[in-house]
Amino acid sequence: MARDPVFLERKSYRRRRLLDAVRLLPLLGLALWMVPLMWAVPTTQPSEGVPMSAALYYVFGIWGGVLLAGWALWRRTRPDQDQS
Amino acid sequence: MVSLNQLVAVCLLYVAGLFVVAFLAERAATRGQAGWLLRSPLVYTLSLSIYCTAWTFYGAVGYAARSGLEYVTIYLGPSLVMIGWWWVLRRLVHIGRTQRVTSVADLISSRYGKSNTLAIVVTVMSVIGVTPYIALQLQSVVLSLSIFAAPDVGLITTDIPAFNAPQAAFWVATGLALFTVLFGTRNLNVNDRHPGVVIAVAVEAVVKLFALIAVGVFVVWGLAGGLSETMARLDASDIGTWQVQGGRWVALTMLSAAAFLCLPRMFQVMVVENDDERHLQIAAWAFPLYLMLMSLFVVPIAVVGLDLLPAGSDPDLFVLSLPLSQGQNGLAMLAFLGGFSSATSMVIVATLALSTMVSNHIVMPVWLSVQGEGASQSGDVRHVIILSRRLSILLIIALGFLYYRTSGGGALAAIGTISFGGVAQFLPAMLGGLFWRGATRTGALFGLGTGFALWVFTMLLPSFGQGGALSVATFEQGLFGLGWLRPQALFGIGGLDPTVHAVVWSLSLNTAVFVVVSLFTFPSPIERLQGAQFVTVQDTAGPARSWAASVAGSEDLMIMAQRILGAPEAQAFFQAEARAQGRLGDFPEPTPTFVQALERELAASVGAATAHAMVGQIVGGTSVSVQDLLAVADESAQMLEYSSQLEAKSNELSATAAELRRANEKLTQLSAQKDAFLSQISHELRTPMTSIRSFSEILRDATDMTGPDKTCYASIIHTETIRLTRLLDDLLDLSVLENGQVSLHKRTSALSDVLDLAVTTALAGAARPLRIHRNRADESVQLTTDLDRLAQVFINLVANAQKYCDAPDPALVIAVTQRDDMLEIDFVDNGRGIDAEAQSVIFEKFYRISGVAGVGAGLGLSICREIMTRLGGSIAYVSGRDEGAFRVLVPLQHVTDEMRQEAAIEGAI
Repeated sequence: MARDPVFLERKSYRRRRLLDAVRLLPLLGLALWMVPLMWAVPTTQPSEGVPMSAALYYVFGIWGGVLLAGWALWRRTRPDQDQS
Repeated sequence: MVSLNQLVAVCLLYVAGLFVVAFLAERAATRGQAGWLLRSPLVYTLSLSIYCTAWTFYGAVGYAARSGLEYVTIYLGPSLVMIGWWWVLRRLVHIGRTQRVTSVADLISSRYGKSNTLAIVVTVMSVIGVTPYIALQLQSVVLSLSIFAAPDVGLITTDIPAFNAPQAAFWVATGLALFTVLFGTRNLNVNDRHPGVVIAVAVEAVVKLFALIAVGVFVVWGLAGGLSETMARLDASDIGTWQVQGGRWVALTMLSAAAFLCLPRMFQVMVVENDDERHLQIAAWAFPLYLMLMSLFVVPIAVVGLDLLPAGSDPDLFVLSLPLSQGQNGLAMLAFLGGFSSATSMVIVATLALSTMVSNHIVMPVWLSVQGEGASQSGDVRHVIILSRRLSILLIIALGFLYYRTSGGGALAAIGTISFGGVAQFLPAMLGGLFWRGATRTGALFGLGTGFALWVFTMLLPSFGQGGALSVATFEQGLFGLGWLRPQALFGIGGLDPTVHAVVWSLSLNTAVFVVVSLFTFPSPIERLQGAQFVTVQDTAGPARSWAASVAGSEDLMIMAQRILGAPEAQAFFQAEARAQGRLGDFPEPTPTFVQALERELAASVGAATAHAMVGQIVGGTSVSVQDLLAVADESAQMLEYSSQLEAKSNELSATAAELRRANEKLTQLSAQKDAFLSQISHELRTPMTSIRSFSEILRDATDMTGPDKTCYASIIHTETIRLTRLLDDLLDLSVLENGQVSLHKRTSALSDVLDLAVTTALAGAARPLRIHRNRADESVQLTTDLDRLAQVFINLVANAQKYCDAPDPALVIAVTQRDDMLEIDFVDNGRGIDAEAQSVIFEKFYRISGVAGVGAGLGLSICREIMTRLGGSIAYVSGRDEGAFRVLVPLQHVTDEMRQEAAIEGAI
């Protein structure tokens, strides 16, 4: 198995990229939560629109996904991880 | 059915329980116990839940029943802000902790140069902005009470005979005020952290979450019959499709995010009560989780409520009325407690935060200036702070009650968005202050003013209804009849949703004015320093400014600190500082570090500006603020300039001294010359006088003297007398020439005539012959000068040649050359000339070439030189030749000094 090049500093590099992810996560959340703007708003026929159950699943699904991602990132980047 | 009295009893019990929890927590905190719980990320996250007020608990369901999924925007915004903690909250919390910020007003005032004006503006805006929110809590508690009083569950509740809504509202308001005063300002610890309150809020957060989830679970699995059935019911209901307007979706998300950052109560729990910045990272995902759980069952409750309850029921109360209608009294009681928790925790924290702002930024500065006699006078000032806070709490709740009575209620969500719109106006000044160094105080003031005015006009006043605060005419024709000033269609752009319209216009114009005014104004030095500290906070956490406390006695500071912190606390603080400085005893050295630490400690109680003013009074205004530093810099610049002036002056002086020294040397030399001259004169005079005296004595005393002898002696005396006379004449002549008193008689004649005269005169009666070689053609030059004097010079030169030329056949060549307007006349004899060492002194007075026979006094050449100088020419010995050669330069036209000046003036004209 080939050796890792020493100069890459994988750990700190990975950590910086994780911090990038922390910074970008709210933008992802914002983008996904703004998707409903493209849904059709029914004017005459109520049955044409996106059903409430689907909308609920979508909005809350993103909510859960985003906070799970936030939790995972926190697990990987929290300060006391450095010592271990 | 639960009776009202039972409800009140349960509420009181609940409140008492909370009070005990808070009391225990506070006692544990002061003893330093239970830190694992009090300072845990869990409590921090739960305390953030005061975002979810009665509006969430009751209003969200009503909101969903009216407008579908739109309610969720109110929670999406804060979730995004929390998830994006790295961008704004991290910085906000860090600044709040390092600068000991006590409120959102303190933050903004601190950032813009600790301006109290700005603090007052923000405080007033907060009070006005939060008032509808407090009214909302009152309304929700009154509504929830009323539903228990209603004989028939779910019906409209205003006309129930047994229940007087205004009276109930009044008692609820009084109760809340009392509760807040007891909770927040119970003890004399006026520090802005309230561990007791925080823990109580956390408990209430658990209660309201549990209650709402319990109702939700009951509705989904107890009433609707499971998840899939509930979903089917949702899709079949009136709100079964996606009906949210895009504009409202975006605007409300942004508005709630902005309000989450700007709400005074959120700032209180998020920044002021924060113990550890790492808690923020946990809350970043834990708080969105809480929000998600809170809003999870909202839509099912709304839909099932719409299905099961009679038409006309208030959807804002479905959370209560659903369990009641199903006979679930216990659950209803739990739901009531949840709503009560939401309302009370919000009112407590919000009024506490506002009362801190009011007392720190309005009451205390006013009180301090009214006192006017200095902060170290009189006794304990803490009772003033406590009193002002209590009065502020009463005032704020009274305002809320007043708003409730005037606006006459309305949907909870509508009231909530109005409040959000008001506080969101802080956002541009706040974010601009955190991220942009160019943001200025004036810009912030103008931005806030613009945003606030627009909010009042487009959101707050219209909320009282058409014909309420604004007349119907204003709504239709605009303010003062100006069509572009309609409160719901500014600038003629109508057709927008009123909320979107108000949010977009107020926030965008607020930002625009803030930025533009900031660009065109100039910040004060202290503002620039604070700006730099806020914007670059992650890099440098230096002190805001330092005190030079050399004048401040520690005792004076102690006296003041005791009044604000309390005697034991202040003493403990001083002792700790003294120990830190390594000193025995109670009083630390008033080093700048110590005074600054003290100022921060005080700032936590009374706000940065007030603390600074108080310390400033004690220290006697020796704060080394930036203005002072600038003044010092100015002074040192002046001193530098002064010293460089001094240096120049001293250079000038030393130059003058050197000049004087040179002049002195010259004078000394001249004096020596004069002495030498006098001794020469005496010598010259004595020689002939001696011989005259001797011969005249012989003539007097000798009786037997023959005639020829007598004649001989007499002629010797005569000759010597003539010599004396000539010497005196020469001296007189020289003195006249040297003093410049000579008057020149100018005439015009040919040079040859002058030379003829000179040669004839000089050679008259000469013992030895001297051949003269002249070129008459060259000499035919006309010249205008004092011809007699010039002739005198020539005579002297010719006579010298005749006397001293040692050639066997003496001859003199007189050569004339014309150069420009000067005549060069050389007198060259064929003798061996003058020795090199003598050449430099032949023009000195009384110089006679030694070893040469002669009768002159040695004044002839001196006189010649003086004459030539007067005539504007010169005379010199031409060295480097084997023969004696003198060169006389004489101008063709003699020009006097006065004539030269006149010529210069004419030339200038």
